[in-house]
Amino acid sequence: MTDKIKIKDLNFHYGAKQALKNINLSVKEKEITALIGPSGCGKTTFLRCLNRMHDLYPGNRYEGEIIIDGKNILEKGLDLIKLRSRVGMVFQKPTPFPMSMFENVAFGVKLMGIRKKKEISERVEKALRDSALWDEIKDRLHEPALSLSGGQQQRLCIARAVAVEPEVILMDEPCSALDPVATAKIEDLMTDLKKYYTVVIVTHNMQQAARVSEYTGFFMLGEVVEFDFTRKIFTAPANKLTEDYITGRFG
Amino acid sequence: MTREAYHKALKELQDEVLKMSSMVGTAIKESMEALKSRDLEMSRRIVKNDMLINRMRFDIEEKCIRLIATQQPMAVDLRVLASIINVITDLERIGDHAEGIAKISVSIGDEPLVKPLIDMPVMAGKALSMLQRCMAAFVARDAEAAKKICNEDDEVDLLYDTIYNELVLLMVQDPKIIKDATYLIWAAHNIERMADRVTNIAERVVYMATGKMEEMNVSKY
Repeated sequence: MTDKIKIKDLNFHYGAKQALKNINLSVKEKEITALIGPSGCGKTTFLRCLNRMHDLYPGNRYEGEIIIDGKNILEKGLDLIKLRSRVGMVFQKPTPFPMSMFENVAFGVKLMGIRKKKEISERVEKALRDSALWDEIKDRLHEPALSLSGGQQQRLCIARAVAVEPEVILMDEPCSALDPVATAKIEDLMTDLKKYYTVVIVTHNMQQAARVSEYTGFFMLGEVVEFDFTRKIFTAPANKLTEDYITGRFG
Repeated sequence: MTREAYHKALKELQDEVLKMSSMVGTAIKESMEALKSRDLEMSRRIVKNDMLINRMRFDIEEKCIRLIATQQPMAVDLRVLASIINVITDLERIGDHAEGIAKISVSIGDEPLVKPLIDMPVMAGKALSMLQRCMAAFVARDAEAAKKICNEDDEVDLLYDTIYNELVLLMVQDPKIIKDATYLIWAAHNIERMADRVTNIAERVVYMATGKMEEMNVSKY
């Protein structure tokens, strides 16, 4: 397995408050890596470092290295738009734009400077197929995205992320607002997506992490307590804190 | 997110496994006493009581499955439940071996034994002690203690060899006793199998404690 992302001695500060401490781990290419841990443990903060979402707010500070394909993305002067097209993100609540389904998916494609209608249409169709949504909405692509169900909206957001052909997809609790059927669809979709993309998912649902991921990292108080194969973490974790957390002995 | 009711249910389940092992221990002890003292009433009672052990095994297994379905146990809890399902199967089979000895005793009936039982009660005592210590290791999650118990299976095998050779010699000397001597070989064989089953339980204790599946001691039989 190749390392897609290597994190070396990463520290992150929200102003004066340190939120991540000495994170060292590797994200494998075309695998799903799950991040679990109690609320406030730093997992979402960590996820947002991977495409430098924190740069949207002033006063935040990174130390260390996040190396994607050999290049440190924390270097000054990095093209953040380009980075975020390589490292896409799907949020906790579906965030469709108030426009048609088609326009939602085409949005990022157009932002990349693609103007040819045919190419845009092809990209939209491929993204919707990859996101297992095409068959459900192909006859009403020009209706408002907000008319879709919550699960469909979330898959539309995944399609929007996929349309710009990223290398990595970050998912921040992508199923927490969805019912079990929609959740199952997204989980199936994740398994399909990993054929082409490297996926990092933050989830509060440990069964979800166990079901979908190959690797799991357990975060606590801004540190990585344990990082290993998911099958190992959920059957025989090495660290007592990990064990106590996943068996519900604290949390 | 602490899960008190779930952990209480897990603890109660473990207590039930201990209760089952205690019933099995009693069956081992009494089956040997009944064979030795020719107490057919006691032997018949052991045969009847084995149904209670079998029933208990199903009850515990159902509870394990229910907890797996409703609580999605993980890590040590998952290992405990998976191990319990195996442990109760071995306990139930050990109970069957005690029942087997009781049935042999009934089959021998009013006939006197072809020889006084000396090594066989020692062998049964050894198997019982292995079981009791193995269950203590189960409660304490003590992998080292469980591994040591496995080594003791060789002593039980050695006693079985002694009993077997002695009975074969008696049969050669007096073919009239072949039937009753064979009964005693079967009884000894039941004890030998009990000890093997204890080593299976010990392997589960090691898995519970460490997450590693290892074969501890391969019995020569």
